[in-house]
Amino acid sequence: MTDDEAFEDIPGTLLFTAERSRQGYHLNMFCMSLMKPENRDAFRADEPAYLAKFPMTSEQVQSVLDRNWNRMLELGGNIYYTSKLAACDGLSFQQIAAIMTGKTQAEYADMMLHGGRPIEGNRSKSEWRDRG
Amino acid sequence: MARIVAGVACSHVPAIGAALDNGKAGEPYWQPLFRGFEPSKNWIAEVKPDVVILVYNDHGSAFSLEVIPTFALGCAAEFPPADEGWGARPVPVVKGHAELAWHMAQSLILDEFDMTIVNKMEVDHGLTVPLSLMFGQPDAWPCPVIPLAVNVVQYPPPTGHRCYMLGKAIRKAVESFDRPLRVVIFGTGGMSHQLQGPRAGLINRDFDTRFLDKLATDPQSLAQLPHVEYVREAGSEGIEMVMWLIMRGALDDDAKEVYRFYHVPASNTAVGHMILENPTADVTLSLSKGERSS
Repeated sequence: MTDDEAFEDIPGTLLFTAERSRQGYHLNMFCMSLMKPENRDAFRADEPAYLAKFPMTSEQVQSVLDRNWNRMLELGGNIYYTSKLAACDGLSFQQIAAIMTGKTQAEYADMMLHGGRPIEGNRSKSEWRDRG
Repeated sequence: MARIVAGVACSHVPAIGAALDNGKAGEPYWQPLFRGFEPSKNWIAEVKPDVVILVYNDHGSAFSLEVIPTFALGCAAEFPPADEGWGARPVPVVKGHAELAWHMAQSLILDEFDMTIVNKMEVDHGLTVPLSLMFGQPDAWPCPVIPLAVNVVQYPPPTGHRCYMLGKAIRKAVESFDRPLRVVIFGTGGMSHQLQGPRAGLINRDFDTRFLDKLATDPQSLAQLPHVEYVREAGSEGIEMVMWLIMRGALDDDAKEVYRFYHVPASNTAVGHMILENPTADVTLSLSKGERSS
């Protein structure tokens, strides 16, 4: 297995590669803009109008409007940037992590309190397929 | 000459800073974590470093995707805490040590490490949380801090081996500085954690334990660990641990592990912590027998 194949085989994980960085540049820079309070206010006042200032694809815009956190990553978003959108929404890292894993907040917090997601069964996409 | 007397490895989870800043450190969730750093706070209060070199990564605070330096050395006189979207942490402004930092930059570049020199930079939780864990909540940080920001967000980050070799070059740089300074170097980030995607929440205690063991006793072979192993075994953000190898490279080969602490969870993350002392350094040993790693 080459390194690229080995990375690709890790389940539920999107490496922030050069390709994703190029694809997601404007999506991530939109998120970055939310570091400024005046921009957060403008975004909250009219999300589509604020998003129109950034040359993002319509899919990227929709993923933001939908707060589809996994989709944003698939479209080149990086978690350290999308987490700024989460912060703007008043959500913590743990809250968006729970959403991305399809668990409730309580289930996710409980998993972490009991040692987190185990590595067994989570190394290879084949293990996730077998699990169904 | 200046000397690196010890190294500190330490996670930098933002929720730890938030817990401290919001007065939640005494809550049952956080108590065990902060208790684990009590011996370390006593230790560093006695070591009294003149300067801390703090290896960390910026999380889209000082840098964005506009500029992505692999190794950025903070040479400014001071570094304000960054507003990461919920207001800046209420911690003291970080004072730098411009003279030593510039000396390091020159030495490292001539040693073929092409550092980015940064004269204006805000520092985020990656830098301030380890300071809080080691120094508590003082009105001013007790010593100057030289930030060394490493890219571990955009793939590829530097290899473990490159980090380890940079550590060795940092040691050379420090030892060629003609002032009797006692320097402690921090390597921060980690341990196993994944913040993104359907596999978020991954924790791998076995990997972390092996990493800590090897960091202490066999860093040279640890430095050969490829990126894919970090990402698969320790989670996409577990790759931050390459930064610990910079700290380790700056110490004696036979540096001694004197303290270790490991705790799960802090939010999404496994918190790891180790103190290593250089046997050649006259570090004041303040850890009691019970606390000291055997």
